[in-house]
Amino acid sequence: MAPMRTIDEVLAELPTFAGLDPAYLEFIAGCGANRVFEAGAYLAHEGDPADTFFVVRHGRVALEVEAPGKGALMIATLGEGTVVGWSWLFSPYRWSFDARALEMTRTVVFDGACLRGKCEQDKSLGYELMQRFAAIMLERLQATRLQLLDVYGAPAAG
Amino acid sequence: MSAQATIERDGLDELLAALGRRGFELIGPTVRDGAIVYDEIASSDDLPGGWTDEQDGGSYRLRRRDDEALFGYAVGPQSWKRFLHPPELKLWRARRGEDGALEVSEEADDSPTYAFIGVRSCELHAIAIQDRVMMDGEYPDPFYRARREGAFIVAVNCTVAGGTCFCVSMETGPRAESGYDLALTEVIEDGRHYFVCEGGSERGAELIAELPRGEAGPAELGAAEAGVARAAADQGRTMETAGIKELLYDNYEHPRWDEVSERCLTCGNCTMVCPTCFCTTVEDASDLSGETAERTRRWDSCFTMDFSYIHGGSVRATSKSRYRQWMTHKLATWIDQFGTSGCVGCGRCITWCPVAIDITEEVAAIRASDGLGANDGERERGEGDGADADD
Amino acid sequence: MAHPLPAEATAAAGPMVPRPFRVAAKRREAADTWTLALEPADGGPVPAFRPGQFNMLYAFGVGEVPISISGDPAGEGPLEHTVREVGPVSAAICRARPGEQLGVRGPFGSSWPLEAAAGRHVVVVAGGIGLAPLRPALLEALARRDRLAGLVLLCGGRTPEQLLFRSQLEQWGEDPRLELGVTVDSAESGWLGQVGVVTTLIGDASFDPARAVAYVVGPEVMMRFTIEALLARGMEASDVHISVERNMKCAVTHCGRCQFGPTFACREGPVMSFAAIERFFRVREV
Repeated sequence: MAPMRTIDEVLAELPTFAGLDPAYLEFIAGCGANRVFEAGAYLAHEGDPADTFFVVRHGRVALEVEAPGKGALMIATLGEGTVVGWSWLFSPYRWSFDARALEMTRTVVFDGACLRGKCEQDKSLGYELMQRFAAIMLERLQATRLQLLDVYGAPAAG
Repeated sequence: MSAQATIERDGLDELLAALGRRGFELIGPTVRDGAIVYDEIASSDDLPGGWTDEQDGGSYRLRRRDDEALFGYAVGPQSWKRFLHPPELKLWRARRGEDGALEVSEEADDSPTYAFIGVRSCELHAIAIQDRVMMDGEYPDPFYRARREGAFIVAVNCTVAGGTCFCVSMETGPRAESGYDLALTEVIEDGRHYFVCEGGSERGAELIAELPRGEAGPAELGAAEAGVARAAADQGRTMETAGIKELLYDNYEHPRWDEVSERCLTCGNCTMVCPTCFCTTVEDASDLSGETAERTRRWDSCFTMDFSYIHGGSVRATSKSRYRQWMTHKLATWIDQFGTSGCVGCGRCITWCPVAIDITEEVAAIRASDGLGANDGERERGEGDGADADD
Repeated sequence: MAHPLPAEATAAAGPMVPRPFRVAAKRREAADTWTLALEPADGGPVPAFRPGQFNMLYAFGVGEVPISISGDPAGEGPLEHTVREVGPVSAAICRARPGEQLGVRGPFGSSWPLEAAAGRHVVVVAGGIGLAPLRPALLEALARRDRLAGLVLLCGGRTPEQLLFRSQLEQWGEDPRLELGVTVDSAESGWLGQVGVVTTLIGDASFDPARAVAYVVGPEVMMRFTIEALLARGMEASDVHISVERNMKCAVTHCGRCQFGPTFACREGPVMSFAAIERFFRVREV
């Protein structure tokens, strides 16, 4: 089996963190740890305090919302190389969806609370992270808007 | 073109009678309901002798002339397309046979062979344009072809221009150049009422040879020319056609479309009176028992909401988009589709628009501020900010 | 000297007259979508077709609509058509049972330019019912797979239940000749596939944008965003082909209804290169 890449290496490859000062990268990597989720296990529940975020190394995570009488509805699936969770950066720091592993999923979990503290001290780091997470949100928002359009839906009776 | 001759006014009835003897059904202009329309005629008495028309945007009136000219007017609301490309046509009938078999029986089209009397040059061009639409290409329309092939055309060179005419701009008149069996130019001068007549086909020449006729000398030819020249000089409208296709292609987002759509009622009059508009709908219906069904083709208009309907909505929902579709098709995309403009400058759309929208005015307005409605991408490329129209 | 008589009946088999076809087989694809296999009922031959072409299907006394042929162009059996119930005519067609007859006119229209795809990656992006007119292209591409540099199918749908040709999709998922990506807009728990719009699949698909051609069909909004994503990945507009849908009554360029700028969707389309219609594609309500 090939030696597993270090967290530094995983971060460096993510487009999200491209161009980030190596010192910051090292600091963020220091806040991270590997964690594995079995198929079906929850990374986070809606409403939980959002003190972490994840990078998916391998596997797939579903974002879900539980609707009474309907069970869990999947909003999006996120695969290898994606970032899961941004609520750690924004008040009130709570997860807005359930995040569940669809298959055995290897992640790096980052201590968001620790990173938040560091951002308070070093506004420059804060700005960099805000920018990058905003870009992720933008991309997700665009995709979500398209989903909302329900383009494949049955046409209105004419 | 065969040599010209003259036919006296009463000789026209000989001409019509000769056509009748050959089995043609005569269709010509006649006065009805305050307009000059095309209908069956028996003799020159049915023609609008002594009438002329006054046309302008949204306005049409008949007025008496102070002579008895038979063709002293421009064109009315109808065109020859109602005979060649009829407003309603049964395409076929079907029956559900035993065990649900679908049995289609084709419809006989029992239209007569027509002789069109008094076809103007712009109308000859319009017929040629519709010939291309309906008969060229992989699927010629057999109904159109049947009606078209036998039709005998007696053209008339205009000596009176209409208030909304612009055939000179469109290079479609006033002199008929081709596409007719014989052409007449009416002259009333010094108490004499006659036609200069020339053949445009073998059967046209044959027909002329049967009629009492005189020589067309320099005086007669000159008088005829003068009449046509008058019509050319008196044009009610003009349209600059240089580069018109690219002009319209470049201005799909021009604010002028918003302006004109505030007036346009999308009534579709323009499409009904236009001699080249060809769009249709197809209706499938069955009788109450559900055992027989038929398919009918009917004139339709790009101004209807139905026209561009696809599951759940119309592609062209706004009146702006529908007016733009009509005008850009007529003047621009038609050129790419069929090799010529779709407009022959007859002015009917201007006359019969209830709010007097004038296609020549719309083109001029866009031309005057070309680029104001540059499609988004082009506006961003090197236009600077607030570039004014002369840039 | 010709003296024509009044015209005789002259409506010799015009292009508006349908041929009777029998429903040979019928298969349900989704709650509102069926595939009907039609064979001639008049003893005549099954017409040949190119992938991307369509027929006008007539339901007795109800009406006629354009429906893409969704079967194998190399096949010799009945012609498959996949129909979604969106109005009275398509509903009547979907109700037709094996043995019943429908009218067929066609095939009409342009086709996917597979001949020009030799040596290149073929990227097929299908949204919803868009997979139906693409299926013939996929079948033909698989048949000549050795002439292509690669074959990718990206499929988007509303929900897993509304994906078309599911068993075929499963087969294709296992087929090494084809790279398959499937995603849905929403799903209930239990779905192990992807959830998200089809454009999210484009970034990770394996193809070289400089050597690829793309065939895209789906609702127009989906096609717009897909084209954007493909161009953003480096493809040329002339290598992206779409299938345009417009109102059609005649399918022979006479009724005027299917016009899209200067093109007639029934003749220059429905398959068109994006570069050819880009100028008009970006204009709303054109």
